[in-house]
Amino acid sequence: MNYDIIVIGAGHAGIEACLAAARLGCRVAVFTMNLDYIGNCPCNPSIGGTAKGHLVRELDALGGEMGKTADECFLQSRMLNLGKGPAVHSLRVQIDRNKYKEIMKHKLELQENLEIKQAEIIDLKSDGNLWRVKTLTNMEYTSKCVIIATGTYLGGTIYIGETSFKSGPDYGLPALRLGEALKRLGLSMRKFKTGTPARALKSSINFSALEVQNGDKNIVPFSYRTKDKGENKICCHIGWTNEKTKEIILKNINKSPIYSGKIEGIGPRYCPSIEDKIVRFSDKERHQLFIEPCGLNTEEMYLQGLSSSLPEDVQLEFYRTIKGFENVVIMRPAYAIEYDCADPTQMNSTLEFKEYSGLYGAGQFNGSSGYEEAAVQGFIAGVNAALKTKNKKPLVLDRASSYIGTLIDDLITKGVSDPYRMMTSRSEYRLILRQDNADQRLMPIGRKLGLIPGSIWEEFNLKEKQKQEEIKRVKKVNIYPTSAVNELIKSKESFPIVQSVKLFDLLKRPNISYKDLKIFDSESPNLSDEILKQIEIEIKYEGYINRQLRQVEEMRRLEKKQIPENFNYGEIKGLRLEAVEKLKKIKPESLGQASRISGVSPSDVSVLMVWLSRK
Amino acid sequence: MGKDKILNDTIAAISTAQGNGGIGIVRISGSDSLKIAEKMFKPFDKITKISSLKGYTAKYGKIIDKGNFIDEAVILVFKAPNSYTGENVAEISCHGGLFLTRRVLRVALELGARLAKPGEFTKRAFLNGKMGLVQAESVMDLIYAKSEKANKIAFENKEGNINRKISILKDKLIDVASKLAVWSDYPDEEVFEFKISDLSGEIENTLKSVTNMIKTYDFGQIIKEGIKTVIVGKPNVGKSTLMNLLSGSQKAIVTDVPGTTRDAIEETIMLGGISLRLIDTAGIRDTQDIIEKIGVDKSKNLINSAELIFAVLDGSKVLEEEDKKILNLTQYKNRIIIINKIDLPQVLNTNSFLKKEEKILCLSAKNESSLDNLKEIVYKSINKFVSDENDVIISNERHLDCLKRIRNILKEATDELKNGITLDAITVLIEESINILNEFTGESASKEIVDRIFSKFCVGK
Repeated sequence: MNYDIIVIGAGHAGIEACLAAARLGCRVAVFTMNLDYIGNCPCNPSIGGTAKGHLVRELDALGGEMGKTADECFLQSRMLNLGKGPAVHSLRVQIDRNKYKEIMKHKLELQENLEIKQAEIIDLKSDGNLWRVKTLTNMEYTSKCVIIATGTYLGGTIYIGETSFKSGPDYGLPALRLGEALKRLGLSMRKFKTGTPARALKSSINFSALEVQNGDKNIVPFSYRTKDKGENKICCHIGWTNEKTKEIILKNINKSPIYSGKIEGIGPRYCPSIEDKIVRFSDKERHQLFIEPCGLNTEEMYLQGLSSSLPEDVQLEFYRTIKGFENVVIMRPAYAIEYDCADPTQMNSTLEFKEYSGLYGAGQFNGSSGYEEAAVQGFIAGVNAALKTKNKKPLVLDRASSYIGTLIDDLITKGVSDPYRMMTSRSEYRLILRQDNADQRLMPIGRKLGLIPGSIWEEFNLKEKQKQEEIKRVKKVNIYPTSAVNELIKSKESFPIVQSVKLFDLLKRPNISYKDLKIFDSESPNLSDEILKQIEIEIKYEGYINRQLRQVEEMRRLEKKQIPENFNYGEIKGLRLEAVEKLKKIKPESLGQASRISGVSPSDVSVLMVWLSRK
Repeated sequence: MGKDKILNDTIAAISTAQGNGGIGIVRISGSDSLKIAEKMFKPFDKITKISSLKGYTAKYGKIIDKGNFIDEAVILVFKAPNSYTGENVAEISCHGGLFLTRRVLRVALELGARLAKPGEFTKRAFLNGKMGLVQAESVMDLIYAKSEKANKIAFENKEGNINRKISILKDKLIDVASKLAVWSDYPDEEVFEFKISDLSGEIENTLKSVTNMIKTYDFGQIIKEGIKTVIVGKPNVGKSTLMNLLSGSQKAIVTDVPGTTRDAIEETIMLGGISLRLIDTAGIRDTQDIIEKIGVDKSKNLINSAELIFAVLDGSKVLEEEDKKILNLTQYKNRIIIINKIDLPQVLNTNSFLKKEEKILCLSAKNESSLDNLKEIVYKSINKFVSDENDVIISNERHLDCLKRIRNILKEATDELKNGITLDAITVLIEESINILNEFTGESASKEIVDRIFSKFCVGK
C-alpha cells in the first residue's frame, strides 16, 4: 500500500507529525506497536513547565494539538515564575494521563487522511524515489517520506537494580529490530538513558505530613482555541528526603546499574536520579519530592524527584524513610531505561536527514527529552514532510522566532551529549520569545500553512489591532500631578510627578501597572486582561525588546548568507583544521549556523564570509 | 554580490604601523564615519562641515575630545564607493606617537565607532567589490594570521595575568547568570536562598573590578610601549657598553674615542618581564662639532621626557664639570646612578653628590655578571609602576573596548535593579556581557551557563 507519509511511532512526536501532515492534505499512516499506548505519558503526569510551557504555546499558535488536549484534561494549572518577569512566565498543568491518551487516540481516529496501524516496523529501505517499510507480520508499505519518532521504544532496556530486560516505557513492547535496519541504512546511532520514579498508592501516604501545593486561581489555558478555562480538580504535595534516605542510598549504591557500569547510555543532566543527586551533591542535607496524582480515576501517585534504578527492595526501604511515606505501598517501581537514538547533527533544520532525502526524525529519537520537546519536533517534521511531497518551500523557524527554532538549531548545530531539555536559559532572545506573545510570533505562519481556523485567526487579528490602537492612545493620554495621582505613585515606591506626564511614560515605571492608573484615565477602553498585560510588557520592556530586536537583525543578516549544499571546506586556505572538520560534519545551511558550531571561531567565520563573496 | 553590505556599522583603527613614525593615521570607515569625524575634528577655517566635504578633499584643523584640544591634524575624506573600503571613509593624520594616535582612536570609539577587527578594512574592501579575485586568498591569510595572533596574545597565553583576570571576570558573570537561570528554570525547587541584594552585590563587585581594570589602561600603555629609559653620561664613560650589556648585541658603535655615538640609539629590551625602551645618547658636552651638537641638544630633550634614567659616571676618574652637569640635569628624575669601570682603580668620591636613598650601582659594563645586579636595581626603581604583582594592567585596545562595553552594561544592570526591573531583563544584560568576552573565543554563553547549572546546582525531578 502506498502513502504520502509514514510516521513510525504515535507518542507525542508521532501524534503531531501525523496530524499536521494529514491536515495539510497528505495521505498518512501512523504505526504504533500498541494502539493503547498512543499519547502515553510514561513519566510525569504533567505538560508544560519552564520553557516547555513556551513550546506548547508556540506549537498551539502554529496549529498543533498538544496544548488543546492538555487543556481538555488538566487537573491543576499553575503559571510558574509569576513575579520573576514576563520572559520566564511558564505554564504547567497536571493532567489526567489516561484521559490524555484517550482524547489523543480519538483525535487521531477522527482525523481525515490518517490511518492508524498497530504493527512493529522492522525494516526501512529507500529505492531512490520511495521509502519501503516492512512490519513484523510481513506487511509492506511505501511512502514518499518517513518520519521516525520511536521515543524510548527503540532498542529499549529497563534496569532495576541488578535486573534488566528488553522493554519499552511502561513495560510496553520494545522495538528491537528497527535499530539494526537503521544502522544498515547507515545512520549514526547512540545510546541514551533516562529514568522515572515509582508510582505509589494514594491511601498509603500520610498527606498531613506533607506540604500542599495548590493551583492558580486565575487559570490561563495553553490553547488559543480553548474557550472554557475549566478549574483545578486536585492539589499536589511536597515532601523531603532526609539523612536516613541518604544513608540507605549510599549503602546500596553499588547495586545501581549506573554505578556498577552496567548501563553505558548517557543520562540527562537535568533529570538526575536520586542516587545521582546524593552522590554528586553530597553536602545537601535534603532533596525535594513532589507527589502528583496520575488521574482522577486512579489512586496512583507519581513521585517527582525520586527517579532511581536501585533494586526494588532498596527503593521501598528509602522511600519509607520519608516523612509521610512510613507505610508507603509501591505499585510500579522506579526504573532506568536505555534506548537507541540518532545523532541529530545528521539532520538539517527541517529535521530531514541530510544524506537521506525524505527521511525525518523527531523527538527522543533525535536526542531530546520531554513530551513537549518531542511534540514540537514532530510537528516541524510532519509539516516539512508534507511540504516536501507537495514540492513547496520548507518551514524553517530560526532562533529569534521561537523556542522551537532554538531547540532545533541547538540539536542540529551543537549536537547533544545528553538528552536535551528546553530551558529559558537556552534562548538568547528571551524577552521577545515570551509565552504571552506566541500567537503574535507564530500564528501568521500557522495560518499560512492552513492549520489555523478562520475564527481563531480573526480573534487574533482583532486582538492585535486593539493592542496597537491602545498603545497609540496611551502615548497621547496625559496624567496630571494631582495629589491622588501622586499618592498612588508614592504608594508604589516611585517618585512623584511635578508636571503632566504621558500615561505611556508612567507605565514604563516598573512598579506601576495599567490597572493602577485606570481611574485617572477616563477614556480607557474595556480590554481583556490578556491584552492589557501584553501592552504593559511591551511598554515596560521596550528598551530591552528593541535591544534584542537589534541583535536579531544582526543574527538574521548572517542567517541569510546561505552556504551551498556540497561546499568544499577543504579547499579554503585559512580555515583551521578543527573548523574544517566540524563544518564538514555539520554542513551548516548558512553562515549564521556555521558561527554557532563549537570549534568554529569568529575568524573562521570571517574567512568563510570572504570566500562565499568570491564570485 | 559585491555591493552587498553584510556589515554596515562604522569601524575605526590606527592604520599606520604601530611604532614611532612621524605621522599616525586613524581611519574611520562606514555609514557614520563622516558624522563621527565631524564631531571630533574642527577645521581651522571654521566654515567647513566635514560631512559635506567632497571626496578626496583634505582639511587642516584640530582634534577635540569633549571640548579639549588634543592635536593639530589633517583630515582626508573619501566618499563611497571611491575609497579603500568602498564606504565613506575619514582618515585623520595626527602627530604620530602611539599614545597620541591611540587617544585619537579612543575619541572615535567613544563617538560610536567600533574597533575594527584584524583585517576588517580589507575584508570590507573585498566585500564591497574593491579588490580583485587574486587578492582573496591573501586577505583571508591576513584575517587568519592577525586574528589568530591576537587571540593568542589575548587568551591562549595562560601565564598572563590579564587572561587570568579576564577568565575570573567571565567566571563571575557566568556564576551570576547561572544562578539567575536556576532561579527561573527551576521555580519549584529549593536550590538556594535567592536574594536580590546578594545579586546586586555580586554585579556591583564585578562592575568594580571591571572599572579598576579599565583604569589601568593609561598606565598599561607605558608598560606596553616600554619604559622610556635614557642612558646619559659624558663621552666614553661606557654608555654604549652598558647598552650592549643590556641588549646583548653590538648595536651601538663602541670605540675609545670620545664622541663616537652621534645620535640617539633606541632599543627595546625585556628586563624582569618589563620592557625598557632604552635610549643611548650622545655624550653631553659643550662641543664645537656641529653634528655632535645636534646630538647633545637631543640628549637634553630626552632627559626631560625620560621615565627612567641611567646616569653613568666613570669610577676611575674624579668628578668633572660634565658629570656635574649631568647629575644636575637629572636630579629630579627617576634615576639610577651607575659607577662604571670598577675594574680600574677607583678615585671617584660619591659622597659629594649622593642624595639619601639614591639608587647607586657600581659595575663594570664589560663584565656580563654585572647584569644581574643591574636587573635587580632596575626592577626596584620601576617597581612603583607595578604596584602589586597580581594587579592586572590593561594594555590592549581590544581588551579596553571589551571592558568598557561590559562596564556600561553592568552599570545599566545595577541601575535597573535599583529601579525594580524584573530579573529576566537583568539576565539578558549579564549574558550580553558574557558574550562580549566570548567574541574572542567563539564560545557560547548559553552553553556555558547550562553547563554551570548542572555542575553546581542539584536540580531536576
